[in-house]
Amino acid sequence: MRLIRGVAIALALVLLAAGGVGAQEITLSVAVSLKDAVEELGRGFMAARPGVTLRYNFGASGDLQKQIEAGAPIDVFLSAAQRQMDELEKQKLIVSASRRAFARNVLTVVKPADSRIDIAKPADLLEARVGRIVIGSPKTVPAGQYAEESLRALGLWERLGPKIVFSENVRQALDYVARGEVDAGFVYTTDAATRAHGVKEAFRPPDDSYRPIVYPGAVVAASKQPVIGQAFLDLLGSPQGRTVLSRFGFQPPPAGAR
Amino acid sequence: MSPDNLSALRLSLQVAVVSTALNALVGIPIAYLLARRRFWGRSLVDLLVTLPLVLPPTVVGYYLIVLLGRRGVLGAPLYELSGFTVAFTWYAAVIAATVMALPLLVRTVRAAIESVDRDLERAAYTLGRSELRTALEVTLPLARNGILAGLVLAFARALGEFGATLMLAGNIPGRTATVPLSIYTAVQTGESGEALGLVAALTALSCLVLVVANRLGARAA
Repeated sequence: MRLIRGVAIALALVLLAAGGVGAQEITLSVAVSLKDAVEELGRGFMAARPGVTLRYNFGASGDLQKQIEAGAPIDVFLSAAQRQMDELEKQKLIVSASRRAFARNVLTVVKPADSRIDIAKPADLLEARVGRIVIGSPKTVPAGQYAEESLRALGLWERLGPKIVFSENVRQALDYVARGEVDAGFVYTTDAATRAHGVKEAFRPPDDSYRPIVYPGAVVAASKQPVIGQAFLDLLGSPQGRTVLSRFGFQPPPAGAR
Repeated sequence: MSPDNLSALRLSLQVAVVSTALNALVGIPIAYLLARRRFWGRSLVDLLVTLPLVLPPTVVGYYLIVLLGRRGVLGAPLYELSGFTVAFTWYAAVIAATVMALPLLVRTVRAAIESVDRDLERAAYTLGRSELRTALEVTLPLARNGILAGLVLAFARALGEFGATLMLAGNIPGRTATVPLSIYTAVQTGESGEALGLVAALTALSCLVLVVANRLGARAA
């Protein structure tokens, strides 16, 4: 009997402690291409605010959007495309007033670092030597959506059909290229920079073949910590935030974008 | 049901059938050897054959990539010689399903063989039959129900394979997106109607397979 009481008290203490006495935690769903930049900004954010903990949920923006729609306890959403944010805004799942664009990215085609296949322009992807090309699954991955848009605009989508394989997110596409599983892949320039030893840029699809890659961020409507969430969004938009983002290769958002 | 879903069903059945056939070819001899013979490395073979059963599918998937990826231990020479890689093809789905289902087949068949009366085998030997002929004409036929039960279980496991398949074969509609992978994608994209259809189909199929396996197992006892 005493043993059971002892265990019950110990359990209660453990649960209380885990409840986060005094800690304020927010969870951010972040497009995986932002991983390195957000982690760095987050470290500075937490250092300046003792007691605040940031938890990250990285993934393809489409998957993250669906999770928020399904009621996942997320405080802030940073998306790699406006489409996913628009969907959430339509369903009133984000705080519209908090929404702002904070970065812009550029699409590039990479090949394995030791590849000896010459790929210098889009039409080269049709060559027989290029066996497989990876893009993020257009159903859920913005990078894949932009890639498909670009290939369609260039008239290559149908002809490349059987060569294209899908990945679950843009970092997996990058990984496939770095591992040599495919001959080329569509990723962001910022992703290519994180794997400089594994991949090299082959060419960049023409800017006018896809819509601008705008990254919006917003506080989720159901968030229990909107103030902290807004503070992080403010950091993203601040000069300090922009410096860190540009160090990772992100560009400032187009004027007027949200 | 959408064309993508129908192709997922067709692909799943194709993969499961081929994988079970491969498992029969490889697994029944292994089960016989483990049941009836002492040989150097026996424990190691037993361990390797059982490992996919206890390891998480993603661990098995990882090893398969290391082995068969384009730069893999076996994949690199294969690519050098033929320009072919298994990753992202339905062969990869077959390999993943085969490896994950093999332990189920081997264990079931081994148990069935071990339960065959050795006196009957010895009788065949005294009548001049070689071990191979005895195995084929006496032991395996007597273990038949257990073998069938093992095949059916392996088929069910191959049908439901997800983790290792996703890693080695990818999730490409029409080519490697089996039913479990398609359900995953449908849920990810909020297509609950599609998901439900696939779930219902796979559940019905798996129930059928298990009922058959149980009947065969009961007859073996």
